[in-house]
Amino acid sequence: MRDFEYVAPTTIDEAVRLMAESGNRAKALAGGTDVIVQLRGGRFDIDRLVDMKKIPELNEMSYSEADGLTVGAAVPCHRIYEDATVQEQYPGLVDAAFLIGGIQIQGRATLGGNLCNSSPSGDTIPALMALGGTCDIAGPNGRRSLPVEDFCTGPGRNVLQDGEILVGLNFPSPKANSGAAFLRFIPRNEMDIAIANAAASVVLDDSKENIVSARIAVGAVAPTPMMATAAADGLAGKAASEESIEAAGEAAKAVASPINDMRGTVTQRVHLVGVLTKRALRTAISRAKGE
Amino acid sequence: MATTADRDAAAQGKFRVLGTRPVRHDGIEKVTGAARYGADMLLPGTLHGKVLRSPYAHARIRSIDTSKAEAMPGVRAVATSADFPIIQNREVNFAQSLQNPRLMAENDLADKKVLYKGHAVAAVVATSPHEAEEALNLIEVDYEVLPTVLGWREAMKENPVLLHDTLTERMTVSRADPGEDTGKPGNVASHLQLKLGDVEQGFSEADVIIEREYNTQTVHQGYIEPFACTAQWMPEGRLTIWTSTQGIFGVRGNVAAILDIPESMIKVVPMEIGGGFGGKGTGYLEPVAAVLSRKTGQPVKMVMSRKEVFEGTGPSSGSFIRCKIGAKNDGTFTAAQLYMVYEAGAYPGSPMAGGATSGLSAYKLEHALVDGYDVVCNKPKTAAYRAPGHPQVCFAVESCIDELAQMLDMDPMDLRIKNVAQEGDRATTGVPHAHVGLREVMEAIKAHPHYNAPLGGPNRARGVATGYRLNGGGSGSSATINVLANGTVNVTTGSMDLSGTRVAVAMQVAEVLGLSAEDVTPQVVDTDSVGWTGGSGGSRITFDTGRAAIAAAQLAIDQMRDRAALLWELEQDDVEFVDGNFVSKKNPEDRFTFRELAGRLMATGGPVTCSAMDTQGGVGGALAGNIFDVEVDPETGKVDIIRATAFLDIGQAAHPSYVEGQMQGGTLQGIGWALNEEYFFSEDGVMANSSLLDYRMPTTLDLPMIDCEIIEYANPRHPYGLRGAGEHPIIAPLPALGNAVSRAINQRVYTLPITPGSVLESINERDANGS
Ligand SMILES: Cc1cc2nc3c(=O)[nH]c(=O)nc-3n(C[C@H](O)[C@H](O)[C@H](O)COP(=O)(O)OP(=O)(O)OC[C@H]3O[C@@H](n4cnc5c(N)ncnc54)[C@H](O)[C@@H]3O)c2cc1C
Repeated sequence: MRDFEYVAPTTIDEAVRLMAESGNRAKALAGGTDVIVQLRGGRFDIDRLVDMKKIPELNEMSYSEADGLTVGAAVPCHRIYEDATVQEQYPGLVDAAFLIGGIQIQGRATLGGNLCNSSPSGDTIPALMALGGTCDIAGPNGRRSLPVEDFCTGPGRNVLQDGEILVGLNFPSPKANSGAAFLRFIPRNEMDIAIANAAASVVLDDSKENIVSARIAVGAVAPTPMMATAAADGLAGKAASEESIEAAGEAAKAVASPINDMRGTVTQRVHLVGVLTKRALRTAISRAKGE
Repeated sequence: MATTADRDAAAQGKFRVLGTRPVRHDGIEKVTGAARYGADMLLPGTLHGKVLRSPYAHARIRSIDTSKAEAMPGVRAVATSADFPIIQNREVNFAQSLQNPRLMAENDLADKKVLYKGHAVAAVVATSPHEAEEALNLIEVDYEVLPTVLGWREAMKENPVLLHDTLTERMTVSRADPGEDTGKPGNVASHLQLKLGDVEQGFSEADVIIEREYNTQTVHQGYIEPFACTAQWMPEGRLTIWTSTQGIFGVRGNVAAILDIPESMIKVVPMEIGGGFGGKGTGYLEPVAAVLSRKTGQPVKMVMSRKEVFEGTGPSSGSFIRCKIGAKNDGTFTAAQLYMVYEAGAYPGSPMAGGATSGLSAYKLEHALVDGYDVVCNKPKTAAYRAPGHPQVCFAVESCIDELAQMLDMDPMDLRIKNVAQEGDRATTGVPHAHVGLREVMEAIKAHPHYNAPLGGPNRARGVATGYRLNGGGSGSSATINVLANGTVNVTTGSMDLSGTRVAVAMQVAEVLGLSAEDVTPQVVDTDSVGWTGGSGGSRITFDTGRAAIAAAQLAIDQMRDRAALLWELEQDDVEFVDGNFVSKKNPEDRFTFRELAGRLMATGGPVTCSAMDTQGGVGGALAGNIFDVEVDPETGKVDIIRATAFLDIGQAAHPSYVEGQMQGGTLQGIGWALNEEYFFSEDGVMANSSLLDYRMPTTLDLPMIDCEIIEYANPRHPYGLRGAGEHPIIAPLPALGNAVSRAINQRVYTLPITPGSVLESINERDANGS
């Protein structure tokens, strides 16, 4: 490994300037649980590592009914799943934050890092998508924001331009009678990369018997995590029944275009998309019912 | 955790010290981090070496240009195979293991060819490890890439690509036999054939015959500590090596042979070892570090990364095994046959013979035929892994027996017990079984409450299997006893402690001398400080080194009887040692405790220091077994182990906690082998999962609590009846889990590892066949 510069800016403007100066020879550092491992593994060579953790705005986490939940890009997973409001309002996000690595990793790893690493199997990304999250981005040309599902563009690739950083993520406050869940399939019970993962969120009507709307996202089965829009839209207006869940699970398979690799085969992954979507929907519905 | 050997003092068995659970002498150092492992060594002026490894699985090296690397600031020297002396291609007897130092040298630094991805090609030494690593990029190697022989299938096909120009097949008829060179060129290094009676006749007497094919993949031992060593070559030509190894004398012998220098010029100092499981019986870095130290005149330290450990050190063999068993309707075996192919990796020497000699040996067979093949291919050269060669063959045989039990509608343990070998029955090697508790272990499994407990849910099943470890060998151990004036004793050995052997040996000394385990301080010392001692492997240390220490302790007693005799003006024969006291036969009032007499040694002629060597070897065979309950998720194919019990005949447990440690550790490694672990190779022979993230060893969350059932059927070859514990526990989990999953999904599995994906495929196959 060659030596490189480490800088720790304390404002967004400074961070953007430091990132822009070095272009693609700079990398942002949040928890470092991806970027340091990759650096040491010789995946890339850089001149500058820009630490995001000293910027106050990136460490903020706040909730209000009007603005929903804002999670700064440098907030580690443990702060998310230990937060009482998040536990109450966003159990699907707790599922995702709790799944990354083990206790030590969760002390450092961030949702922002997971998203910006843009791995097809990034475990929190489908959950962020199903919850309707948006990304707040700062760059040399100012701020912009876009839905999480538009962020990743390919394996390890995303919309961030040279000099741009992720400031945080925002999630709308949950609607009445809504629920979300996330899960993944790995051969081990921890420390593994998903063969497939899935997240679902549903809004039920006041009787809690029928689905008003749903969002479904699946991961590790395409170059980027995918919204299973047709499967989710098909649930609108249907009974929150096993039959509807079954149909949505089957429909979700259509967005999967996986590859064969050492972690799983095409057939296995497509099959798992169905299984996981159904399981995520069952939990999301039961959470929406307050069970 | 439940265990039968959980004795309290009152219920304790035959011995005063053996069978109790004292705190191990090295425990506090290890849990506080004070113990020093291979990478903790740092001498003043140490330089750091790194290895350049082949990106190709099979290539000819046309040339190596190291000039740019040598010119890089910080770099002090570069080594290639040209720095090794050209040594003769011949077999050297390294105390019971025949090895070819020429091939050993080529495995440490490739000569004309690279034979696997990760094969060491050159090494750089620099003032920091990062500089050394950067300099590797400046070495220019011109390779002529050759087609890859990725496994035994390609290796054994007609007109295969050859790894070695000069390799010819050797035919042998017993494990120890060097065999006859058939002159047949190819990738088959040896063919071992074992025969009992006439299998054709045996199969013709059978009512049912089952014949199945089994596959297992390359797996790694997965020790926590990567290889690490430091070498310092002094100007006068003496070489000191500090290393993490299973055998310091093995390292000394190998380095001497590879560098062609006398063993007397080399001292090997053992560091604590962070796991080995057989894999650290072989070294890789020491001769390279030595050469780099000679070139620079400074100590050179080399530490592997995890990726290097996976790609550049010896895993265990992938295998293909065909197993055929004939039986009468009442279950009596009439004949059995094995055709087994073990991948040796780049150079000959898979553990095939271990598997061939043991695979069928727990059963009484009049007719048996075993054909084993040791086959080279473009994978890392295999090394030992707990009960080398046994788990693979046992997976085949014990799966086949389980399926046969289902065909005959018999209880799987009843079928085994019906056919179990007894003392005097011939093993497949032709050698009659000694006094081995095979039936006792099988009956203990059948009688265990787990065996008949309700499964408690759908998609669940129970699997059972036994695993026999034939263990005839053993190399020899030395031990020295020093009696101290305060009545305590130091016992010095050359046996690296992988598993609690310090305390287990000290307890045997304490038993002889009438002391407590705490009164005996065990020391593991360097090659200059103790007599020759074979490596810590083969389940032999508690047994062999224990026997040597017992013999040394007995010599110490004799010398102390002399001292008492001197004080009482008697002859040695007039003094006896009873219950820890020296007593005059002439006047029983005259007596010394061990401590009293130890305090008088300086006044009666000086210290008592006694050394002994045990060369008898041969800890003997023993049987282990496992019961597993599994639950299979029919939608994902995931297997959860919900209950596990391990069984082992240990003869006599020295320290039951460490016996249990071996049983649980072996079981968990067996679980990994059965369900999770395998090397994934791309078509061109590159390992795709060379990290602990993707090489999926079980984590604590993947494991059940493992109950241990220790069976103590005394070993006549040891004064206190001890057997080995280190290896056997890894064997039976492979078939026991295969049997459990097969029964749970009602479809046989024949290939390891049993991954969720493969279980889904089996379920689909079952549904397609409508069974
Ligand atoms: C042992 C272990 C287990 C793991 N287990 C899992 C798992 O179960 N599931 C899973 O999905 N992942 C897992 N990971 C991967 C990793 O932990 C996660 O992806 C994590 O969320 C990354 O977050 P981080 O804060 O550490 O990111 P970092 O490593 O700091 O950064 C990741 C990437 O994002 C970029 N980046 C970070 N912050 C910003 C920002 N504000 N603006 C722009 N770019 C930014 C970095 O430059 C880098 O490219 C594991 C890793 C390890 C080491």
